[in-house]
Amino acid sequence: MSRSHFWRNFARVAVLCVVASFVLAPMLATALGGFKSNAEIRMNAFALPQDWDVSFYGAILADPAFWRYLGNSLLISTGTVALTLLVGAAAAYVFAQIRFFGSRMLFSYMLLGLMFPFATAILPLFIKVRDIGLLDTYWAVILPQTAFGLSLAILLFRTFFEQLPKELFEAARIDGCGYVRFFFRITLPLSTPILATVGVFVFVQSWNNFLLPLVVLNSREAFTWPLGMMQFRGEYVTEWNRTLAFVTLTILPAIVFFLAAQKYIVAGLTGGAVKG
Amino acid sequence: MQMLDARSPASPRPARRIWRGAGSSRFAAIAILLPPALILFSLFVILPLTESGYYAFFDWNGYGTPQDYVGLRNFEQIAGHSVFHTAIGNTTKIVAISLFIQMPLALFLALLIYRKTPTNAVFRLIFFVPYILAEVAAGLIWSFVFDGNYGVTAAIARSFGQESFFILADRDWAFVAVMTVIVWKYFGFHMMIYIAALQGVPEDLIEAAKIEGAKRSQIVRYVQIPQIRPAIIVSAFFAIIGALQVFDVIIPLTNGGPSNQTHTIVTYLYSFGLTRLKIGFGSAVGVLLFFAAILVAVFYQRIFMKGSRA
Repeated sequence: MSRSHFWRNFARVAVLCVVASFVLAPMLATALGGFKSNAEIRMNAFALPQDWDVSFYGAILADPAFWRYLGNSLLISTGTVALTLLVGAAAAYVFAQIRFFGSRMLFSYMLLGLMFPFATAILPLFIKVRDIGLLDTYWAVILPQTAFGLSLAILLFRTFFEQLPKELFEAARIDGCGYVRFFFRITLPLSTPILATVGVFVFVQSWNNFLLPLVVLNSREAFTWPLGMMQFRGEYVTEWNRTLAFVTLTILPAIVFFLAAQKYIVAGLTGGAVKG
Repeated sequence: MQMLDARSPASPRPARRIWRGAGSSRFAAIAILLPPALILFSLFVILPLTESGYYAFFDWNGYGTPQDYVGLRNFEQIAGHSVFHTAIGNTTKIVAISLFIQMPLALFLALLIYRKTPTNAVFRLIFFVPYILAEVAAGLIWSFVFDGNYGVTAAIARSFGQESFFILADRDWAFVAVMTVIVWKYFGFHMMIYIAALQGVPEDLIEAAKIEGAKRSQIVRYVQIPQIRPAIIVSAFFAIIGALQVFDVIIPLTNGGPSNQTHTIVTYLYSFGLTRLKIGFGSAVGVLLFFAAILVAVFYQRIFMKGSRA
C-alpha cells in the first residue's frame, strides 16, 4: 500500500517537474543569455556561461533610458491605481449605500465595460486623446486605463461595501457624520483588503499594458518599459545577449513583486477575474 | 450634522427641506462621489465606442473631421480581405487550443497540486509565473527560443543533425509557435481557477466516494469535475474572450508575418487600421470585434450560466 503510494507520488512529482522545466527553461535561458557572448548563446543556449560577463547587464543598468522607462511605467501604474481606487470606490460607495432614482440604471451602465475588449475602441480613443492634446503625456495612458478598469473595480467594491455592517453607518449618523465624511473616514479604512486586491490587479495590468501606450506614446521620453524593450530589441537585433539582459532586468521586478504579494495577486487576478 | 444644519438655512425654500440633515448629505454624496467615475467612463469608454460605430462608415485618415461617407464599403473590404479571414481562422485556432489542450492540461495539473502542501505551493507559484509576465516580455523570450540561429529550437534541430529551422518565419509552423507561447503563458491562470474551485469541494463528498470504493479516476470523473463545473465554464469564457484580444504576444514573435499568416483580429486592426491611419477601416474592425464579444457573452449566458447554477 505505502509502496504503491510512494511510486504514485513519485510519478506525480516527476510530471510536475517536467512541466515546471517547460515553464522555467525559457526564462532561465533568458537570464543566463544576458551573461554570454552571442557566439556562446549560439553554441548552447542553456548551459551556464563559461565566464560570467556582466558588462551587458551593467551597460543597461548604467543607461538612463532604462531607468526612465521603468520610472514612466511606475508613475503611470501608480497613478492608475490611485485614480481607480479613489474614483471607483467613491462611485461604488454611492451605489452600495444610497438608494436614489436611476441608481440601478447607472450601475448597469458602469458595468458595460466588462462586456468588450479594450481594442474595440482603440482608434477613436487615439483620436480623442490626440484632440485633447494628451499624446505623449502620462494622462494619455492613465485616464483611459482607469476608465476601462472602473467597471470591474466598482463591481468588486460594491459587493464588499454592501457587506460592511449597517450599524456602523447608523452610529456614525447619530454622531453627526454625513455620507461623504463617512466614506473617507470609515468605509475606505475598513476596506483595505479589497483595495489591496483591486489595486494589485490594476497595477499589474497597467505595468504590463502594451497596446495603449503603443498607440498614445510616440516620444521615447514618455515610453513605458514594454515600449522601451521593443525599441531596445530593434536597436540590437543581432545582439541577443543585450536584449536578453534587458528582458531579464525588466521582468525581475515583476517576479519579485509577485513573490512578495502573491496572496493578493492570485486573489486579484483569478478571483477578481472570475467575479467579473 | 451640525455643520450641515448650519449650511441649510441659506436655502429656506420649502422644496429644499428634503435636502436637510441626512438629505443634504445624501445629495452631496451623490453629487461629489459619483460624477468622476461617470465622466471618466463616458468620455474614455462609451464615447470612443460609439464613435467607432460612426467612423466605421467613413473613409478617414484621422485629420479634421470625417467627411467621406462610404456606407458599408469598409465592412465589404474587410469581408473580402484574405488576411482578415486568416485572422479569424487564427483566433478560432487559439480558442480550440485553449479549450482542448490548455484547459485539460490546467485541470490535470490542478488535480495534481490542489491540496495545500509546501511542495504543491512551490509548483503552483512556478506555474503561475508566466501569467504575471508582460505578454511582450513573454513574446520576446520565446522569439529567442524560436530563433533559428541562436535559439533552443535551433539547438534541438542541430542535435538531430538538421538544418537550423526558422519556425517563426515558416508559413505553416509560425502560428503553431505562437499557440505554444499562448499555452505557456495562460495555462497557469486557468489552473489557479480550478485549484480555487477544487479546494472548495467538500471533503465529505470525496471521503464518501472512497468508502463506496470509488477509484481515484472515478472520483475525479464523477465527483470533482461535476463539482467545479462553474469554474470550468468561467475559465472557458475567459479563454474565448482572451482569444479575441490576443495582440501583445504576436508583435514581438512574428508581427503578423510571415506574409500575414499569423494575424489575429487585434493585430489586424492595428496593422491595417492604425499604422496606415485608416481610422474608418480600423473602426469597422473594432465594431466587428465588439459584436463578436457581445455575441460570445450573450450566447454564453444563455447556454451555460442559466443551466449551471444561477
